[in-house]
Amino acid sequence: MSLDAKQTHVVHQWKHGRPIIACCFDPKGRYLFTSSEDYSLQRWKLDDGSKVAWEAHESWVRDIIVLPDGESFVTAGCDDHIMYWPVELGEKPQPKHSVKAHEGWVRCLDVKADGSLIASGGNDNLVKLWDPNGKLVRELKGHESHVYSVFFHPKEDLLLSGDLGGKVIQWEIKTGKLVRTLEAKDLHTYNGGQRVHYGGIRDMALSVDGKVLACVGLHKATNPLGAVNEPLIVQFNWEDGKELRKQPGEGVKGIGWQVEFLSDGAEICASGGSGGAWLIFFKPTEAKPFHKLKLPDTIRDMSLHPDGLQVATAHHDGHVRISRMEAKSAEKKK
Amino acid sequence: MKCQYSCQTSEHVLARRDFLGMMTGGFVVGGLGALATPAASAVLQKEQKRVLVVYMSGGLSQLESWDPKPKTDTGGPFRAIPTATPGTHISELLPKTALHMDKLALIRSINTKNGDHGVGNYQMNYGRNKMPGTEYPHLGAVCAKALERSDNPLPGHIRIPGGSRGSDAAYLGPKYASVGMNGKPPANSARASNLTADNDELRNRFRRKVNDRFALRRRTAETDVYTQSYEQARQLMERRDVFDVSKEPAKEHEKYGTHDFGKHALMARRLLEHGIPFVQISHSNYDTHNENFNFHLEQLGEFDLSFSALIGDLHERGLLKSTLVVVMSEFGRTPRINARYGRDHWGTAWSVCLGGAEVQPGAVIGKTNANGTKVTDREVAHGDLFHTYLSALGMDSSDSFDIGGRAQPMADPAHSPIHELII
Repeated sequence: MSLDAKQTHVVHQWKHGRPIIACCFDPKGRYLFTSSEDYSLQRWKLDDGSKVAWEAHESWVRDIIVLPDGESFVTAGCDDHIMYWPVELGEKPQPKHSVKAHEGWVRCLDVKADGSLIASGGNDNLVKLWDPNGKLVRELKGHESHVYSVFFHPKEDLLLSGDLGGKVIQWEIKTGKLVRTLEAKDLHTYNGGQRVHYGGIRDMALSVDGKVLACVGLHKATNPLGAVNEPLIVQFNWEDGKELRKQPGEGVKGIGWQVEFLSDGAEICASGGSGGAWLIFFKPTEAKPFHKLKLPDTIRDMSLHPDGLQVATAHHDGHVRISRMEAKSAEKKK
Repeated sequence: MKCQYSCQTSEHVLARRDFLGMMTGGFVVGGLGALATPAASAVLQKEQKRVLVVYMSGGLSQLESWDPKPKTDTGGPFRAIPTATPGTHISELLPKTALHMDKLALIRSINTKNGDHGVGNYQMNYGRNKMPGTEYPHLGAVCAKALERSDNPLPGHIRIPGGSRGSDAAYLGPKYASVGMNGKPPANSARASNLTADNDELRNRFRRKVNDRFALRRRTAETDVYTQSYEQARQLMERRDVFDVSKEPAKEHEKYGTHDFGKHALMARRLLEHGIPFVQISHSNYDTHNENFNFHLEQLGEFDLSFSALIGDLHERGLLKSTLVVVMSEFGRTPRINARYGRDHWGTAWSVCLGGAEVQPGAVIGKTNANGTKVTDREVAHGDLFHTYLSALGMDSSDSFDIGGRAQPMADPAHSPIHELII
């Protein structure tokens, strides 16, 4: 393993032309899927960067998830729908299933490790579970604001969902029972002057040893309408649900859009906003980042490659960028 | 009062007015002018026309409201939905308002050539460009003056939310300046708890007696004004419940929404029903340089509920025929979506919604191009809008106020009404 966060560097920069919204790697490492403000989806072949683009939803696509078998992927639209697509698109890409999933935007998706269930969260404050054929399995009620993120526990029969208000709900999948609630209050702001709620649990990740839950978003939102805020990770002890520590972006302005735990235990946070695009690396037991990498333009999403060494980032300047978290010399040897 | 816009420009900080106290500052001070055409004024007063302005503070996005451009490079994630007016679509963020669009009209071709909050605020509320050394009256002051009824002691120009007296009436005088309200009766308007009604009456009789005696030998315009102020304040105290929105039944609060804007919209209905000529309610905040779509989702959700309830009630109660309703901002927002999913300031091609009084229901005036970057048909400016509002109230907007023998045009003579919008 040659993972070295401090050596992270951009290896590919592929241009779509219109601002990119979401990105997700294929678990088999063949493709990267992205969505754009031009209402299209794109499939990028990782070998050569070649692109297939097609119009899909009636609106923007906020999230994409590829199923573990690498055969299908699902897209979450601001047109209330989720769509199931074959990875091998054919000449005229057509969804296998298109389902009205929520009243209002579908904001987030995740897939269970065995591929048997897909979770969606939406502006109707609901979490829904779907089978691989687009059939509704269960509806979970408990949030009081828009659901911003959903996350399947990789080993246990549990689902987590996070909302705009900074609340994380843990659900038992089999029964739909609400198991517990965690409050990441630092990730929500109500600005009385501007009269807006802001922030939210933008993403969640569980440490490799399963002991730490990381929730990412923003704090210090002194001017929400003007994008004055900073990224923040709030860690919880998985066992007792108590807050462990806060990991601020240290001088970076923006929103923490995504968080992932790397194979060496470190966390990577993708931040984008008024301060530009940053990859911020934390040791899991420390509040301060040990490395920050500035990327061009601004970031809106990030996906970790199945090899654990690469991350893709979606950028407003119409590019998708792939960065390797190892020394350039190691990459050349391969 | 500091308005918390996101771009923090100095124009957003409004000077705190010297608050003389609503009960003594006088709803009757000054304002000696009259419409140059008294007969017209008499007709207006008989018909008891009213105005409701809903001010979308910070700059409402026309693309997320009245002029959506879905599936274009500027369209954003929201779709357009049909409305009660066949062929007219508005943003899906306004589903309840869409059901009332057969009572409302749209102007989609506004070009105010401005992207500054302070300038835009002045343009839209005063109908002119601000000129150094020159003061014009606010639309509310003009309407309060023109639609004034001598038999109604209530102030004619109400601003919600707010807590102080505005200085926005220029040459019309402070009688027509805005009075800020917060959904409660005016401060200090209740009779002191240790003062009985009988004693209060005795006290007022004594005041009148002393005043009358003083006036026999030393009467001046100023003493008359003070006397009138007290009398009007006393009458207002008797009707303080008009301003108390808590008097409305719970189901009405539920219908309008329990948030501040809902309360303010319900209060607006209450004030209009009691014959107040001009009521302006503000909804904050639309200055969405960041996360425009999330914030419009949140704000317009509130607006749609309360505004649709208000329009529905005004219509059902027969008030819409005599009430001009205008939904305005200082400007619109850029078609271009910035890197933070925001939209910035934009005065080049944007929209206003209006209806009621003599506005043609269901009309759509003007047009923008396919992605909303410019006006392609029937461009109008803020001066034209000001004329149009007055025309919709049955006034001749080219008329003038007679201020001490000098004619002061009610609206900018360089502009004119949108005649085709008026019935």
